[in-house]
Amino acid sequence: MPALRRLAPLLWLSPAVALIGVVVLWPVVVMVQSSFQQIGGEGFVAGYNGTANYAHLFDEPDFVSVLLRTLIWVVAVVAVTMLISLGLAQLFHQRFPGRRVTRWALIIPWAASVMMSALIFKWALDPNVGVINVILHHIGVVQQLGSNQADWLGNPTSALIWMMAVAVFVSLPFTTYAILSGLQGIPGDVYEAAAIDGATSWRSYLAVTLPLLRPAILVATLINVINVFNSFPIIWEMTRGGPGYETATTTIYMIDLKEGDVGQSASMSVINFLLVIVIVLIYLGSTRWKEQVDR
Amino acid sequence: MITASKPATRAGAAAGSASRRGRHRPLRTWIIAVTAYVIALIFAAPYLEMLLMAVRPNDELGLATIFPKHFTFSNFTTLWSSGLGGSIGTSLQIAAGATVIVLLVALPAAYCTARRRFRGRGAFLLLVLATQMFQPAAMLVGIQREFTDFGLPPTLSLIVINAGFNLAFAVWILNAFFSSIPVELEEASMVDGLGRIGALLRITLPLAAPGIVTALIFTFISAWNEFLVALTLSLGQSPSQQPLTVAINQYIGEYSVDWGHLFAAGLVATVPVIILFVFIERRVVSGLTAGAVK
Repeated sequence: MPALRRLAPLLWLSPAVALIGVVVLWPVVVMVQSSFQQIGGEGFVAGYNGTANYAHLFDEPDFVSVLLRTLIWVVAVVAVTMLISLGLAQLFHQRFPGRRVTRWALIIPWAASVMMSALIFKWALDPNVGVINVILHHIGVVQQLGSNQADWLGNPTSALIWMMAVAVFVSLPFTTYAILSGLQGIPGDVYEAAAIDGATSWRSYLAVTLPLLRPAILVATLINVINVFNSFPIIWEMTRGGPGYETATTTIYMIDLKEGDVGQSASMSVINFLLVIVIVLIYLGSTRWKEQVDR
Repeated sequence: MITASKPATRAGAAAGSASRRGRHRPLRTWIIAVTAYVIALIFAAPYLEMLLMAVRPNDELGLATIFPKHFTFSNFTTLWSSGLGGSIGTSLQIAAGATVIVLLVALPAAYCTARRRFRGRGAFLLLVLATQMFQPAAMLVGIQREFTDFGLPPTLSLIVINAGFNLAFAVWILNAFFSSIPVELEEASMVDGLGRIGALLRITLPLAAPGIVTALIFTFISAWNEFLVALTLSLGQSPSQQPLTVAINQYIGEYSVDWGHLFAAGLVATVPVIILFVFIERRVVSGLTAGAVK
């Protein structure tokens, strides 16, 4: 019986390990393998291709600009999300009548599918009748409806800025909630001690709250980096990465390549994958994650 | 656990601030409240706009007005002729199927890792944590090729894939709940003649119910909302057999978009999910971040 008892955990864990193996780990193996194969758009494997897929990918005229844009996309969206969320969490941490209901409103973009949210913003930015343009026209920012100026998604720079705004918008609820739960874990007497020491509220925020929020900020940033890096529905629904590839990130680029050349698309995925890992490691290194966890 | 410590600290902080700035409080509270109301409205606004668009008559689609002059429900009634009922069915199958699998797989794993110390426990929890760093988008090519080789019907593939990517959340939140239930409670009821299985079913599972419900709803919602893998695997199917997120895109044509139907269908897809989310609102963060802060 003791031998059986020692094997029991295996039995309890094996379904989970099998599911992770089939759905998460094996696709990574297939993906890496595909990146060294010659595969057409219809999925037919024509043979081993060496590193030719990678070589072709690096030669693509759009490759470097897509990489740079992805980097800007991730850094800007996550940084702005974190900053706004810190403020929102502070606000929704206060006690006021109707707090529960306002918090419910806050979660709507989190609960709704990102694809639907992206479509609403695409409509709202319609150059002729979109509600954002109508409002901007009323307050005088947009001179004329239907003009080039109102066609925000037609111009790569303004399209990218609007899509980043949508990405921030849908990332705010989770981030705010993560920081809120961090705030709730800070005991009230810490603030009283700071107040007795004569700290102003801004100083006690910088000296007391922010350091104590570090674990929450760390985790929220990590999860956001991973989500934003792989974010697909926003760009897909609003511009399809166009015009050309001028608003595409690596994820969009990879999916577009998949239509014609699966092997090359796989090599883009592998690079995408490595990039996420590198960014996560750099982030963890720069925030001295280890000390944080050991403490 | 975060949820357990919440009421105490909240009350403590309130008492502190009330005694400190007793007289200023009403005005300050109202400034905070009004700011929060405005922000809440901003967060709800896009979805209210979706409602306004869904009830706007088609002949008013070209008017540059914020509010429609008339309201119509025809977008909702004509929605069903485009096979939307079938899509809802497909989405329900995928979301419910994934939820059942996640529960069956995560419950034993979470219970075992919470109750017993054995070799490989740490490695297993690390594996689960690592899957949270993985997104379907990052390995779409691999997923597509693997599951095309399996030759399963798309709905079945999507059930398994959604289950796999939501397993980490369920394992972590259930692990936290099981760990917070004292072993002594189980042992006492076993002595009382319930037996091991009886103790598990009558004592432990009911106590972990909030965690189970959170895991269920979270998995259901994310499978219901999943778009990229669904789009990839159900390409070429008829709209009624595609999940809702994919089928909704049938209203987007090459040159024109059927915004009325698009947003009516979007509303049908979104409202139930928002209501479900309200139930798990307070616990969902601890499930997403539990593994990482431990």
